Amino acid sequence: MALETVRVQRVRTSAFRWEWLLLVLIAGTFLVNSRISPHFLRYTSLMSALSVFLEAGFMVLSMVFILVAGDIDVSVASIVALASVLMSLSYKAGLPMGLAMLVALGVGAGCGYLNGLLISRVPNLSAIIVTLAGFSLYRGIAYILLGDRAVGGFPSWYSYLAWGDIGGTGIPFILVAFLACALVYGLVLHRTSFGRKVFAIGTNRTAAIFSGIPVARIRHTLFTLNGLMAGVAAIFLTSKLGSSRPNVATGYELEVIAIAVLGGASPSGGKGSIAGACLALVLMRLLRYGMGLRNVPGQVMMVIIGIVLVCVVMFPNLLATRKRRPAGS
Amino acid sequence: MRFASGVRGLREFGIIVFILVLSVLIGIRNPRFLTWGNIHDMLVDTAVLLVVAVGMMLVLVTGGIDLSAESVLALTGMVAGIIIKDHPYLSPLFMLVFGLCFGGLLGSVTGLVVSRGRVLPIIATLSMMYIYRGITFIVSKGEWIDAHEMPESFKALATGRALGFSNLIVIALLVYVVFYYFTAHTRTGREIYAVGSNLEAARIIGINTTFITWLVYTISGALSGLGGVMWVARYASAQNDTAAGFVLTVVAACVLGGVSISGGAGTIPGVLLGSITIGIINNALPMIRVSPFWKMALQGIIILVAALVNVAVARNIERTQLRQREELRMVRYGA
Repeated sequence: MALETVRVQRVRTSAFRWEWLLLVLIAGTFLVNSRISPHFLRYTSLMSALSVFLEAGFMVLSMVFILVAGDIDVSVASIVALASVLMSLSYKAGLPMGLAMLVALGVGAGCGYLNGLLISRVPNLSAIIVTLAGFSLYRGIAYILLGDRAVGGFPSWYSYLAWGDIGGTGIPFILVAFLACALVYGLVLHRTSFGRKVFAIGTNRTAAIFSGIPVARIRHTLFTLNGLMAGVAAIFLTSKLGSSRPNVATGYELEVIAIAVLGGASPSGGKGSIAGACLALVLMRLLRYGMGLRNVPGQVMMVIIGIVLVCVVMFPNLLATRKRRPAGS
Repeated sequence: MRFASGVRGLREFGIIVFILVLSVLIGIRNPRFLTWGNIHDMLVDTAVLLVVAVGMMLVLVTGGIDLSAESVLALTGMVAGIIIKDHPYLSPLFMLVFGLCFGGLLGSVTGLVVSRGRVLPIIATLSMMYIYRGITFIVSKGEWIDAHEMPESFKALATGRALGFSNLIVIALLVYVVFYYFTAHTRTGREIYAVGSNLEAARIIGINTTFITWLVYTISGALSGLGGVMWVARYASAQNDTAAGFVLTVVAACVLGGVSISGGAGTIPGVLLGSITIGIINNALPMIRVSPFWKMALQGIIILVAALVNVAVARNIERTQLRQREELRMVRYGA
């Protein structure tokens, strides 16, 4: 019992420190960026820097839940592609845009439901293999439907979702929508019994089952939720691009997982916070923006972000090894 | 135990039956499929997959996954292409050895991150996949290497024949012989299975689990590098997006061959059969006039179905072993 308390405390303090570390990194990047370019500190450029990648931010929120529960989902980017393609096709088929957006949400949730069904109900079937199959299957269906064509020509109000701002204040609509979502997700994860159950599942799944937590049902819900958020991301991304094709959002799964992990979540489960994920999202944006200011090519950015991710995950592990050794355990 | 291995044998027998039925069905739709020339072409096209799948199998057996294999393949292929462009006098055999070593080097970095840095394999290899792919672009400066920039001797790696088979098939065959011996008859090879079946137990009985984990990623890198050189010779071009998405095909081949994603199970003959099945499907799709856009979705379905079958087989084995243990207990101690 005492041991448990100690452990919980240590987890809490380390999570606390983690978010401070992110804040320090953000401040550092901020300083460097503003020294590179005086334009960086302009209100409009800051707002646009923050809202560029936000459509994927919606998936980060639900991905944190998945990771906290000790699972992983690499199929999200493919779900975005399929949802986007089906939304555009149903709009072309004569559905009003509002209903077409519902189609995107439905497709996203449906794909997530299928993932969750297989992962949570079939014993010993791992999330990695199911979502890897989904990664191929969902984008594959998008290719079957659309081939190498693109569909566009949406109503003009639809582009407001990604490009518009609230009543001329310069605050992007997507930023407000994201913050509202983040608030809800944060409250659910950190302030409700559902959130505590997700942590319990990730910390020790067997113990969670024996404590009467409906593990299968909760995992199923989480994957469905993740699919739904991919649907949301599809709506915003298509609005931003103005058209949809089967290869949209390629590579987003890495970025989404990277941001969630950077925010303190770990796929081994039981760790993670929404606040950390949001800070990591800001940090990643500032990093990319700063590299953009210096004309760093996209490929080099890819390398740097990969290295940052590996180092961030490895750093606490190496530290832990060093600390443990003198104790002799 | 004997029965359990019988069930595993049954799994491989199942794939053979599946391959035969599939071949006959495709042969009925297009008789050209079953000619020796086409089968040989199919094997040549599958040679790279065959080689890379062996490395992936070893990683999967330890319970990890190597998503960086395709980028290691692309980067090694690109570097090999640049070298052969500047030094056309180099022997193709040297290039193959270079591919093994360079790929092994890249793989050993991934291996260190997983074994020493204790980063989860999926996170580590996903990052490495993007890092190596990015470096491919940097090394090539965004350009690709054409067929006319490569010497004939290098392209002969793919076009030449030895013992009546294409060189590529011979290389793949050699890899299978070596790794069949390695996994089935050497101490280190068996230790890989021990690490994948029960990491804690393996450590307690004195297996250097850190080394084994590092080793499988290094081998996977080396074989991906070899595959990269083979790929560049085969298609006579090195491109930045070489083999993008290929890792899914590799994982599909392994899972189809009965390799368990959760570790501990997987055989070289199984991977051989799994890869050939994928090769047949890829070769047959255009022959029975299926649009190439179907390939990706089909692959997803194959992975899913194969994984479901694996889970069912594993549960069957477990149940049998449990029953046998129970019977043994009854014989020894009475009811």
